[in-house]
Amino acid sequence: MERSFVATNPSVLVFLAILSLFTLGVTVLSEGFGIGVISTSFVKTLGKTLCLCLIAVAMDLVWGFTGILSLGHFAFFGLGGYMIGMWLMYARTRLIVVESLAQSELPPTSAEVVDAIGTQIFGVVGSSDFPLIWAFSHSLTLQLILIVLVPGLLALIFGWLAFRSRVTGVYLSILTQAMTLALALYLFQNDSGLRGNNGLSGLQNLPGITASQDVVSIWFLWASALALGLGYMLAAWIVSGKFGSVIRGIRDNEARVRFLGYSVEVYKLAVFTLTACIAAIAGALYYPQAGIINPEEMAPIASIYLAVWVAIGGRGRLYGAVIGAAFVSLLSTWFTGGQAPDIPLGFYTIKWVDWWQVLLGVSFVLVTLFAPQGIGGLFDLWANRRHPDRHGANLGPDDSALREKEAIE
Amino acid sequence: MLRLFLAGLAILCACLTANAQEVGLQPILQEHQEIIAKSSRKTIKPAIDAIAASGLPQAQVMLETWAAKDMWMRKADGQFFAGKKAEGRSYELTDFDSGEVVGTFEKSDLKQMKPNSGIRAMIGTALVQFQLMDSSRAKRSAALLSIQRDPDGALLEPLRASIDEEPDADLKAQKQRLERLLSIGYDEDTVARVAAIEDMSDDLGVDVRAALNPLVVTKRKVAAEISMDANIAATLTPGSESLGEAEAYDLLVASDLAAPRVSRDEIRAALSANIDGGRVEGIPVAQLNTDAARARAYAALAEAGVVPALITQADIDAALGAHVFFETYAEPSPEVTAAAEQALQQIELKVGVNQTLDLTLDAISLASIYFLAAIGLAITFGVMGVINMAHGEFIMMGAYTGYVVQQFIPDHTLSIIVAIPMAFAVTFAMGVAMERLVIRWLYARPLETLLATFGISIALQQLAKNIFGTQARPLTAPGWLDGAWVLNDVVSISYIRIAIFVLALIFLGLFLYIMKRTRLGLEMRAVTQNPRMAGSMGINPGRVNMLTFGLGSGIAGIAGVAIGLFAKVTSDLGSDYIVQSFMTVVVGGVGNIWGALAGAGMIGFLQKGIEWMNPSNTLAAQTYMIIFIIIFIQFRPRGIIALKGRAAGD
Amino acid sequence: MSTLLEVSGVSVTFDGFRAINNLSFQIGNAELRAVIGPNGAGKTTFMDIVTGKTRPDEGRVIWGEKSVSLLRMSEAKIAQAGIGRKFQKPTVFEDQTVQENLLMALKNKRGWLGVLFFHPSAGDLENVEELATEIGLKDELTRKSGELSHGQKQWLEIGMLLAQEPRLLLVDEPAAGMTPKEREHTTDLLVQAAKTRAVVVVEHDMEFVRRLNCKVTVLHEGSVLAEGSLDHVTSNQNVIDVYLGR
Repeated sequence: MERSFVATNPSVLVFLAILSLFTLGVTVLSEGFGIGVISTSFVKTLGKTLCLCLIAVAMDLVWGFTGILSLGHFAFFGLGGYMIGMWLMYARTRLIVVESLAQSELPPTSAEVVDAIGTQIFGVVGSSDFPLIWAFSHSLTLQLILIVLVPGLLALIFGWLAFRSRVTGVYLSILTQAMTLALALYLFQNDSGLRGNNGLSGLQNLPGITASQDVVSIWFLWASALALGLGYMLAAWIVSGKFGSVIRGIRDNEARVRFLGYSVEVYKLAVFTLTACIAAIAGALYYPQAGIINPEEMAPIASIYLAVWVAIGGRGRLYGAVIGAAFVSLLSTWFTGGQAPDIPLGFYTIKWVDWWQVLLGVSFVLVTLFAPQGIGGLFDLWANRRHPDRHGANLGPDDSALREKEAIE
Repeated sequence: MLRLFLAGLAILCACLTANAQEVGLQPILQEHQEIIAKSSRKTIKPAIDAIAASGLPQAQVMLETWAAKDMWMRKADGQFFAGKKAEGRSYELTDFDSGEVVGTFEKSDLKQMKPNSGIRAMIGTALVQFQLMDSSRAKRSAALLSIQRDPDGALLEPLRASIDEEPDADLKAQKQRLERLLSIGYDEDTVARVAAIEDMSDDLGVDVRAALNPLVVTKRKVAAEISMDANIAATLTPGSESLGEAEAYDLLVASDLAAPRVSRDEIRAALSANIDGGRVEGIPVAQLNTDAARARAYAALAEAGVVPALITQADIDAALGAHVFFETYAEPSPEVTAAAEQALQQIELKVGVNQTLDLTLDAISLASIYFLAAIGLAITFGVMGVINMAHGEFIMMGAYTGYVVQQFIPDHTLSIIVAIPMAFAVTFAMGVAMERLVIRWLYARPLETLLATFGISIALQQLAKNIFGTQARPLTAPGWLDGAWVLNDVVSISYIRIAIFVLALIFLGLFLYIMKRTRLGLEMRAVTQNPRMAGSMGINPGRVNMLTFGLGSGIAGIAGVAIGLFAKVTSDLGSDYIVQSFMTVVVGGVGNIWGALAGAGMIGFLQKGIEWMNPSNTLAAQTYMIIFIIIFIQFRPRGIIALKGRAAGD
Repeated sequence: MSTLLEVSGVSVTFDGFRAINNLSFQIGNAELRAVIGPNGAGKTTFMDIVTGKTRPDEGRVIWGEKSVSLLRMSEAKIAQAGIGRKFQKPTVFEDQTVQENLLMALKNKRGWLGVLFFHPSAGDLENVEELATEIGLKDELTRKSGELSHGQKQWLEIGMLLAQEPRLLLVDEPAAGMTPKEREHTTDLLVQAAKTRAVVVVEHDMEFVRRLNCKVTVLHEGSVLAEGSLDHVTSNQNVIDVYLGR
């Protein structure tokens, strides 16, 4: 079955080939494993970009294919980051603490070690006790499970509440945005147990590993590329079959799918939860490369940017999401990093650090207005792929509705 | 006890006033010459009391002179005079009793009395009784204030004495009130105190609670048995909810009735101190990495007599069993404490009622802010079905317009009057431009409208940052909006909030008027319900949509001016309100101004209510509120005021 | 003939407007029935109630031999129980091919896991091809359904309904916007379908109804005005008043 799937989806093979070449190329050019043309910090940027591409694939699945414009997927991304961050921080602090306690005359008891770790981690928010949510932070295995479990459960509960009450469209978007805001606000509190607005830091240091960041960054690049590849294949497999048929049906006409006997809510919930888990995995790979996570990252605006990437890349096609995320986030890094040259206008100099957001906002309006297919639309031009040949103005509420001429025929 | 004694002494002295009058002030001063000259805070008290008790009118002048460090002692005979610097290093002395100049003396023949701050405070207290009767109203008022700040039993009698002769009705009332308050704390007659407590038990003033609270302060004590003369508030059982076992034992330790427990750190320190060749009492150090092992080693040390023994649970139980724990009032009189408890309870209830009222006012004002922020959205999102993520930025633009106007018109009242129509004009124009250029192409694609308007939103935010910088800009309210309307010590509301409430009402009226009574409103409703039909009736739907959108945006601009008056004007101003605004519209029900009103009311009250329950934390309040809203949507997916049936569409 | 669907005493009010007023209606297995009535008679609302889209204020809707009440079931459950519905506007999934449309409708497992791991068997593909032949779209199987003509979309939708293998088919104005030839084909499809299941057709066009040659129910202001053969109801004075008087 897998063979036939790849055979029917040659684009997946192309994508995997490009991804492998890219990873190989970066490895060869890196400081850790190759000739050192690409700096380690840029390797990290590329690794992070791969993670962003993965969450963009998830976003495309939930928005481009199922039609749920979720403004909450970055919350799941952030949660995934927090879950891995808890272990990273605990394990690393533990190493430091054990080392420093070894200096004292008596060997430390385990309670003393835990207390010292607690003081180290939570001193910044004026506490030293471990909150309940850190109960599993000593175990990598458990914390890895939580990466998927916590965001998955949150998505499941939220989705169940939202979908069963048949909140759709714009309302659902606002509701997901509210959820993200609530989560971010909660994490901003010092007594949330996750160090308030300090967030978790020092995540780039893997406990017990002496390899330099040059090497670690490449490991993470590989892991991110692997995750993206697997995520892409999973997404492609999901949308290629009958399940894909059904969710695209839901996107285009929810009521019709319901009258075909499919329980629309369950499908939406499945997609929503699954993509939340993918987003969480992407986040868990992203934040060790970023080194720090704080609630700011989960603000609703991040999720809106995610939608922006997917829209610019072209939604409803997986490679579009990847291209959009990679293109916009790298461009954004270039502009905001101060690398872009200023444009002197004589009376005023355009500094891109200040004007990039304006450019992004405006280009986003332009893409929405003039190129709803996004960058992916260019591939259609190139491949000359035909669209349903329909004429006349739109009659109904969405694209697939009846066209004018057909109605008056 | 000391206070009571002193109060008695004061009265005793007051009785002797008649005698003193004939004698004059100097003899009294001479009587206490030694301690006055010594000027020690510890011993000076009888002298000041005697002077104050003399009741002589010149005593006030003398005390004031003393406090001002202008009193001098003639070294020759030890007499005290008011000194005034004359030429050179000489001083002109004046007698207190006669008020006559005695002569000029060299500084070397004199000694200046320099009371320290402690003594000056005591002099001040003594002076109060004179000031209370002073002819100047300001001085009397100041004296009352000083008593309020620093109540003292000694002042009770002078205060009472001054009430009858007080000519000013307002001050008289204040004096009476203060007399009651002082009586609560310092009257020596228990019945009088209880009466005073009962008199004040329906007063909301903070000062009343401040007078009552010290009476009911309790202290935890432990003893072998309860003494009969203590005013016991409650007896406590160790291990109960009000007194944990550990806490009880700590109390025993603090009262030196039991030996302190040995903490982990102490065990650790003791073990570290007794390491002998890598071993503690024969146990290798490397094994001391569990609490159990350490306890064993410590026990061994204790047996050897090196360290005090560990306190075992049995020791604790025995110690706890051998003692009684109780809470006593600092106030010895049970009648007074009972009355105070009851009065406080009564006041508490009343304060509760008033706090609820205050909270309600707060909630209404918050609701009107949300309503103002959401009303424009109710038009664009509710009526037109267009989701405008840049709505918050329109609010921000309104606020910045207000700021810019204030740069040109310095008069705050005038500038606000100009800013409101200006803000409307600016955001109206922006709204119309946005509708024409972007939104009208996207009517069929609501989700894309969301994203396109979001693009506009981030562009506008960044533009505002580029133009005005990241720091907050002031938008100052006119002076007459400063201050607050104070109902009593608990309930108050600032004028600015009242103004916003009024503004919200005006907008509600205006909106209803436009929708129900004007041609535009009629066309708006027609276009919303059936654009094609409206088009064929000669209405230009494009024009109506444009105007509707402009109207919604313009109102957002005015809301921006209002919000800017109390919030900081920054480029993020709008995004702080956007989610709440959407919540307001969604919770209230789309397509209906009453829905927005109901939504704003509900969210305002909810947020204030949650904040009240968890007063330390606004963030948590917002979190819980959003969770509540998500759950609320479960039960009323279409909002509080929902359109039903076919009109609601699907 | 046993009763398949029984609607009794059903009323629905929208904002004070009584869309359905004490309506009672029965249909048996393998019966073709036409429902006619002027605009606002409650034809669409009646379908909404049966398919679970609208919940009535009062009344009962009983289904099948086991006499299950449909009122507490979700739309999907009702559809799974064997009630298929065709909308007034042809609603097919235009972004997907004819084959995908039909496969989705084909009677198979509806659970998300089952669908996720679904792989069409040879039998499924055969079924789809058979259906496509029946609705005249055999050559269009791999085309996106959005590219089909209006009439073809109507047939595709009917085909999708048949693929569901429902026991009751509710068809809302199937002939709207069709050429006469297409109408004929549609009539044949419906008559054919009614041989094995119950079919309710809502239609304005009297000529189309006549061609169906079946029992007719006339709705007016939310309740049944007359029932019987087309000739019987068209000679009913009430019906004439309602149609001509409006």
